[in-house]
Amino acid sequence: MAVKTLFNYDAYASAPEKKYALYMMMLGFAALALGTFFGPFQAMNYGGLDLYPLLKPVFQNYYQGLTLHGVLNAIVFTQLFAQTIMVYLPARELGLRPNMTLAWVSFWMALGGLLLAAVPLLLNEASVLYTFYAPLQAHWAFYLGAAIFVLSSYLSIYLVLDMWARWRRANPGKITPLATFMAVTFWLMWFLASLGLVVEALFLIAWSFGLVAGVDPLLMRTLFWYTGHPIVYFWLLPAYTLAYVTLPRLAGGKLVSDPLARLVFILFLLFSVPVGFHHQFADPGIAPYWKMIHTVLTMLVAVPSLITAFTIAASLEVAGRANGGKGLLGWIGALPWNNPTVLAFLLGFLAFIPGGAGGMVNASFNLNQNVHNTVWIPGHFHLQVGTLVTMAAMGTAFWLIPHLTGKPLVARGMAVASQWLWFLGMFIMTFALHWMGFLYAIPRRAHISASPIAMEAYKESAAWMALNIVAGVILFIAALLFFYVIFATALQNRREPGQVLPEVPFTEVMSKPEGSGLAQLTERVWFWFGLAVVLVVLAYGPVLFQMFTNMNPVPGQRLW
Amino acid sequence: MEHQEHVIERYERAWIFFGLAMIAVFIILVGYLMLTMGNTNPVGAGRIDATKVRTEGDFANPRVEQIGNEYVAYVQAFAFGYLPAEMRFKVGRKVTFYITSPDVQHSFHVHNTNINVQVIPGEIAKVSYTFTRPGEYPIICNEYCGIGHANMISKLIVEP
Repeated sequence: MAVKTLFNYDAYASAPEKKYALYMMMLGFAALALGTFFGPFQAMNYGGLDLYPLLKPVFQNYYQGLTLHGVLNAIVFTQLFAQTIMVYLPARELGLRPNMTLAWVSFWMALGGLLLAAVPLLLNEASVLYTFYAPLQAHWAFYLGAAIFVLSSYLSIYLVLDMWARWRRANPGKITPLATFMAVTFWLMWFLASLGLVVEALFLIAWSFGLVAGVDPLLMRTLFWYTGHPIVYFWLLPAYTLAYVTLPRLAGGKLVSDPLARLVFILFLLFSVPVGFHHQFADPGIAPYWKMIHTVLTMLVAVPSLITAFTIAASLEVAGRANGGKGLLGWIGALPWNNPTVLAFLLGFLAFIPGGAGGMVNASFNLNQNVHNTVWIPGHFHLQVGTLVTMAAMGTAFWLIPHLTGKPLVARGMAVASQWLWFLGMFIMTFALHWMGFLYAIPRRAHISASPIAMEAYKESAAWMALNIVAGVILFIAALLFFYVIFATALQNRREPGQVLPEVPFTEVMSKPEGSGLAQLTERVWFWFGLAVVLVVLAYGPVLFQMFTNMNPVPGQRLW
Repeated sequence: MEHQEHVIERYERAWIFFGLAMIAVFIILVGYLMLTMGNTNPVGAGRIDATKVRTEGDFANPRVEQIGNEYVAYVQAFAFGYLPAEMRFKVGRKVTFYITSPDVQHSFHVHNTNINVQVIPGEIAKVSYTFTRPGEYPIICNEYCGIGHANMISKLIVEP
């Protein structure tokens, strides 16, 4: 009775937040497992091989599968992982318990919203893709379910702010510990960022219930991308947090600079949100100078990632040298590559470098014309969210599930293999997608393998397409290995507390926050939050005001 | 350890400076090239009632007009195709496209050019371009518009 032990209450009697974290994370990985199942089908499609007929009559078409892939992986899994990490880490670091009633309310809201949205998704009543652009109109249950799911994250915001306030009352004048500081700035950023999606959901729910006859498609797009770009930092920052506060220790070293890590999170708080027009460079209805302003702000949000690249690399070098690595590059070989968690982060960051360079292309107002909505774009974000963010989560699961349950990791060799294969598959696939988009203008999210017209138009890219098939097979194997490892670990009967990490592996730091002017400055979180609000009002206010006061509603359509 | 920390801090400052300088160069380059290299980013050219695109106004009669040495094209992107079905232009002459949609979002991506327009119902997009090489140019819809999206490919012909 493997399932029974997962529900074993005694193991969590002294630490109910562990049970909360476990349930949030495993729900996220369950969503990821279903979403990822469609991934190889998508890869095969861009290899010219249509496997979707195999899924009938359960799944009706490519676009239904793609909607599930996007929604489950990019909205559901990422948010649940954030609700796990960015609540559990501060709780452990501060030694405080989150409000458990609200923690469970947030879990049940997330689950309830997910199940409600799942009904139309599984019945092909909401095949509107991850972006659900109006006037394509989904069933109301999709919008309502998604809204309830997203609103559950507001409880996570409260949980963390509440713990932070309690800690500050007990420790007046002290500098907030690093992981908690990251969680606080992260959730404040998400609160500001999520407002666009929340307002859009109000329109879409009213529209899908028939209360209003139409919605303005440009306004809906603008609200979507208001949240739709900062949401990528919502995905990314839990991975960065883990890289800052656990990776140096797991690799055998120390974090080189605590104050700089705080600066990074303040910069993300400031610059994550007022950048959404760079997804709308090709849109009519937004003046070019507004797009240029967002170009500049988008470029600036690269700065904290550049600092992160330095700090993480320097911390890893410290670790490699502490492990006995010598010479200019000897420290790289001396890192614990056989540790599946460290391996996942190392490979993920390796993929993040070309991904970031591609991001600079997307952010450039003029260069974007050549790649907008081509398969270059999924090529780009599969390096970022599909590789670094996902691998950070997978790698962390390898120690976090044992830590939460007391059950040791099973099949460590398979865990290591899954990460190498995931990296390899993603690298091959994204390489092919970048070139197919840039050189052959192949559109993203198009069922080309079922269209003789499309296959004829794109026949020159046949060699690149073949790479997608290879990558699809590799990624399918990687996913099987990974999900076997985590579910076999979580569902086994064996509890051996001696074989798991008893505490979160928080790192030591070399350059400490005490006495640092920078750390004092970043500690004024509410000031920085206020400044972020001002920036958003300046960068979005006039455009949104004009759009709200001049709406041009269009009736809904179902064309799938 | 103290020594190592200071060495790292020196490199750290240099790296941040390098990063900021790189960003500044990118921003300046983007701005400069936008102003000097011919800007093909689409702009808005007014709004329209999407439900009347097929029955009223310029878009009810999708066409290419020659005005002096230039062309004006009124294009409908619909599920799942483009009107006019075929467009012909002479090489080296400026073409101004006006594009809108009567139903859902589409796009108007002309392969091997910098034309890549998001077509949004209710909005009229405008983009100008001068074709410098004769030949056939595929027009591709790169915004998901429904079950026939992948078939939404057309072409325009640039004559010598």
